[in-house]
Amino acid sequence: MNIKRLGAMTWARSLEFLRDRSALGWNFAFPLLMVAGFAWIFSGPAQPIFKVAVLMPQGMTLQTASHPVAAAPGVQFYEESDEATARKKVERHRIDLAVDLTQTSARYFINPASQKGAAVEALLKGTGTLANGTAPAATRIEQAGEGIRYVDWAAPGVLGMNLMFSCLFGIGYVIVRYRKSGYLKRLNATPLTAAEFIVAQLLSRLVLTFTVTTVVFVGCNLFLHFRMEGSYWLLALVTAVGSYSMIAMGLVISARVTSEELAGGLLNLLSWPMMVLSGVFFSLDGAPKAVLWASQLFPLTHLLNAARAIMLDGAGLASSAVATPLAVLVACSVVFTVLGAIGFRWTQD
Amino acid sequence: MAIIEARGLVKSYPKAKVQAVDGVSFKVQAGTCFGLLGPNGAGKSTTVEMLEGVAQPTAGEVLFKGETIHVGASAKQYRDKVGIQFQSTALQEFLTVRENLRFFAALYPKTRSEEELIRVCRLEDFLDRDTKKLSGGQRQRVLLAIALVNDPEVVFLDEPTTGLDPQARRNFWALVRGIKAEGKTVLLTTHYMEEAYELCDEIAIMDHGRIIAQGSPQSLLAQYFQESVIELPTTLTAALGDRMPFVDRGELSEFSTADIAASIDALRLAGVPLAQLRIRPPTLEDLFLKLTGKDLRA
Repeated sequence: MNIKRLGAMTWARSLEFLRDRSALGWNFAFPLLMVAGFAWIFSGPAQPIFKVAVLMPQGMTLQTASHPVAAAPGVQFYEESDEATARKKVERHRIDLAVDLTQTSARYFINPASQKGAAVEALLKGTGTLANGTAPAATRIEQAGEGIRYVDWAAPGVLGMNLMFSCLFGIGYVIVRYRKSGYLKRLNATPLTAAEFIVAQLLSRLVLTFTVTTVVFVGCNLFLHFRMEGSYWLLALVTAVGSYSMIAMGLVISARVTSEELAGGLLNLLSWPMMVLSGVFFSLDGAPKAVLWASQLFPLTHLLNAARAIMLDGAGLASSAVATPLAVLVACSVVFTVLGAIGFRWTQD
Repeated sequence: MAIIEARGLVKSYPKAKVQAVDGVSFKVQAGTCFGLLGPNGAGKSTTVEMLEGVAQPTAGEVLFKGETIHVGASAKQYRDKVGIQFQSTALQEFLTVRENLRFFAALYPKTRSEEELIRVCRLEDFLDRDTKKLSGGQRQRVLLAIALVNDPEVVFLDEPTTGLDPQARRNFWALVRGIKAEGKTVLLTTHYMEEAYELCDEIAIMDHGRIIAQGSPQSLLAQYFQESVIELPTTLTAALGDRMPFVDRGELSEFSTADIAASIDALRLAGVPLAQLRIRPPTLEDLFLKLTGKDLRA
């Protein structure tokens, strides 16, 4: 690895990116618009879609038709096994209510700060669901946390999604364009090695996406005042590793494809499921098992899990809520880099 | 001394069932300009890419100063010594001409001074222009400068003037002559016979992946033609029929002859007006037609 050549390639690619004003502007404008849009949309009345966790008695499942709990219309019920988790999710606005049927007398947990919680409480009382069939009425237990707005939860998702697009397309599309236009062929005719070229692309993209994300984060924070319980350094580390893993993922796609159309298709094929299944906008609690399983395949899921744990719960590096996703991201980074480097071809031939 | 030698080069693409190059051998002497000529699809570019160490020959080998060159990572040292201008190459957009030169210079251990490159390739007027905004001729000059950035011993130019207007083409020829005058070896591909005639000391004419004739332009013409060509408007020659078989070339028709005086006498006897008659020496285009039975640019 020749540092002079590596530096020259990194510099040239970065300059190209920075001078492409329209693309650069979009890199800033897109996430900014998204976050602002979400802040505005969800500042109004809550949408009548409710998510309720149910703690079932031993040996019973939510599917048991005899139990009246799952009968209320317009509410999505799902089983939660652990009371502490359910209460935490109520507190964090991830779900609107949690019903505990494990005791002789039913209880439910509600966040008094939640509009949706209040609405679903009234709804469930009206349909008799909260009566547990036999008991006169379920006990109301308030689970108040410091108010977390939807935007606190969604902002990491939106920033992460933008990061994902920037990482995947910024590497994948660009290398394919270079290959198609013959620029890679020209570079191959110089002493520049494939490793130098690849590392330069990864480095340039990593520094630029990280910088853009930081600027957007700081900018949004000025008027939205995100909740930040944990360490900014840890958040930066998670963001950097997460970005790298997705950049390397883009490298795998672009390793030998020569058509921009095919590259675009493949990148969309990756990015759209990630956007939907990584919990960018909505929590995946209560989603079907297959969806949850699929979501674990995407680096973005792990990046967002770790980022939210740091920002909303103040989790540290020692906490498995951060350490586990971080380890997965490191593993993804290594695997994708190796695959991309092995698969890389200068030209079609 | 042969600086580059092609020995039995073959390149086939099994998937496309194409034999692009089918057993090509030649030697290029140091300090000369060697031209590979032929129509599109003759295998010129594929041959040159094997010489450049960019494409792997299916069979045969390329020697640089008597040593076999290999494709891949080990060819990188060879690349220090050669300069390449591909047929079509994109430059890094949003970078100026000067920045592109500096970028490529940074990739080589030994480089030529920037001022010299700018002077030799006449880049002064658009040094700070984004490469996206260059004209065809300017672009080729920048690509030539990049090919020269490492002060190579051999420069490969693959159809460097295709698509340029005649003026830009002549300007480019002047640059190539300058490079030759510096003692560098130039290997050029073209489908312009005039270009080959103007620039090359030796040419190899290719068709269907094979070399069909090789030598200096003058010796090839002398070898294949003892005649000159008489040109007259087709409207005047049509009536001559078999007495003087003119070849119909569109508006003009041509007749090759070793005895100009006798031919003109014959035309006068036949009553053909000679006001528009032209006599020219045979060109490489005529040679190609004679060798392959087809027009070069057909």
